Amino acid sequence: MNLTPEEKRKLSQRNWTVAGLLLAFVALVFIVTIVKLGGNIAARPL
Amino acid sequence: MTTIDTPSRPSLAGPADYLALLKPRVMSLVVFTALASMIAAPGAIHPLLAATALLCIAVGAGAAGALNQWFDADIDAIMTRTRTRPIPAGLISRQGALEFGTTLAAFSVFTMAFLVGYVPAILLAATIAFYLFVYTMWLKRLTVQNIVIGGAAGALPPVIGWAAVTGNAFDTLPWLLFALIFIWTPSHFWALALAGSEDYARAKVPMLPVVKGSQETRNQILMYSVLLSVVALAPWSMGLTGIVYGALTATLSVAYIGFALILWRASPAHERNAALRLFAFSIFYLFAVFTALAVERLTGFAPQ
Repeated sequence: MNLTPEEKRKLSQRNWTVAGLLLAFVALVFIVTIVKLGGNIAARPL
Repeated sequence: MTTIDTPSRPSLAGPADYLALLKPRVMSLVVFTALASMIAAPGAIHPLLAATALLCIAVGAGAAGALNQWFDADIDAIMTRTRTRPIPAGLISRQGALEFGTTLAAFSVFTMAFLVGYVPAILLAATIAFYLFVYTMWLKRLTVQNIVIGGAAGALPPVIGWAAVTGNAFDTLPWLLFALIFIWTPSHFWALALAGSEDYARAKVPMLPVVKGSQETRNQILMYSVLLSVVALAPWSMGLTGIVYGALTATLSVAYIGFALILWRASPAHERNAALRLFAFSIFYLFAVFTALAVERLTGFAPQ
């Protein structure tokens, strides 16, 4: 199937949005993990 | 002879169309009530975790909205107010909306569970499930009490927000906030339904104005407005909020009843305008009451 320029543009937009959201999700999980880990390290008995 | 299925053309939907599928205006009210409840909750939460909890609530609410549009695509295509939504407009397929909504629902609940806590995650899952299975699939097309009972889904976010901070879902104040939104919902939706009752009648949705008529709807709106003022003031009368919340909520509740009275007395020619004014005020009312709750806590006026 040959895509029209408009179909190509929308497909590309959707792909980049999904990629961006997945990247943001990975970053969120990483940062929250560090934050929670940091708190636990600080709270451990010396 | 063999037949080959012609593949359908790729969708022309852009990110903005998928965002529209999440009902962002409804989402904003949900997120705001959850935020105010988080601020009012005792204890502290790391700002990043608070933001994560709000994001999960927003995405979960959006997912519920997308799944609602998947199931109600036939109704949305008939009603003037909803026929430009992405599915009836032909931009997103029903299957696409189902997959999108299910994915987001799963992401929001699991992210809430792993990053914030199990109690808010269970509440979020219950909210999405109630909105989809109880309201959308069961009550909406069945009974005139659809939005009364279904309103429980929209009322849960303050409890989720509270649970995200405290880890506890059994305190009194968040459930009073739940009751506030639960009692607020019928007058809010019936005002909108009065203004667009032909739309609901055409789509065969048994909204109160369609089934019981305009006068009964206006009676019920007035009754719920009075009940709302009692429920909204309960947190203050029980000593759980301070004078700022009490005074503002009392003033706004009197205005709310005033708008409901104007609608109750409106002639048929003025009914639509009066209904739309009450609808607009009801949104302002909810924002203002929850703002008072949050501001009172932030400024130290709330009872400790």
